[in-house]
Amino acid sequence: MAKSATLDPSTWVDRYGDYLFRYAMLRLRDRSAAEDMVQETFLAALKGRGTYSGDASEATWLVGILKHKIADHYRRQFREAPLEGGDLGDHPDAGHFDGTGHWTTGPAEWGGNPADLYRQGEFLDRFRTCLSGLSPKHADAFTLREIEGLGTAEICKVLCVSETNLWVILHRARALLRRCLETSWFGATAGKGS
Amino acid sequence: MLSCKDVTKLVSESMDRSLPLGKRIGMRLHLLICKFCARYERQLLLIRETARRLAATVEAPGEPLGETLSVEARERIRESIRNP
Repeated sequence: MAKSATLDPSTWVDRYGDYLFRYAMLRLRDRSAAEDMVQETFLAALKGRGTYSGDASEATWLVGILKHKIADHYRRQFREAPLEGGDLGDHPDAGHFDGTGHWTTGPAEWGGNPADLYRQGEFLDRFRTCLSGLSPKHADAFTLREIEGLGTAEICKVLCVSETNLWVILHRARALLRRCLETSWFGATAGKGS
Repeated sequence: MLSCKDVTKLVSESMDRSLPLGKRIGMRLHLLICKFCARYERQLLLIRETARRLAATVEAPGEPLGETLSVEARERIRESIRNP
């Protein structure tokens, strides 16, 4: 199989640039970091051209390289600034429980059909805005778990946290996202306690 | 008896690990009788599904959703491939 014939670096930017950029952007939420990541990916691909076996499509092969680059980026970031206990914080819905831990104002009925929501670009955009509004550590933990689909043991290694702390961080991230969507998308008033 | 506050925490935790039997049963019983916590669980599952959908949408090549490389970045990257 003619390997060199299947790879054509001069067309990479036009064919895969935006695709890789969107992939990185969803995970890093930062335009310049995502652009750097795309550049690094192409350069690594150029260097590693000889290892391309032709089993996967060019696009899949490039995304594979990008995935590694993003994982390295996370690892570097958290090695430099590991999560601290303070990031765990209070229960995000703390103000909505009474002294015995029961809802005073419960979650609102969101209504509608979830399957319709997923198809709405604006809802997905709003979701990303809410995600960007979390602290980077909460957003990154959520991203690795729910967008990247990693298992918790692997995420603990990347973020340098214990599994117990990760559960708390994810609980917090989900609760904050839920609240952000409830107020900003559904514009809902919370349900009254019963 | 688990409070709603406990249950919101367990609902999230159950999405990351399989809960010990006692906690799982306690949570399920609570969800049967508490409409707010049941709603909370549905909403967290919707959030999970949305994140997955988002990943799938962005990963579909040619998907028009969202942003593109800036003109400057595109030029810079093209140049770096020409002269690595």
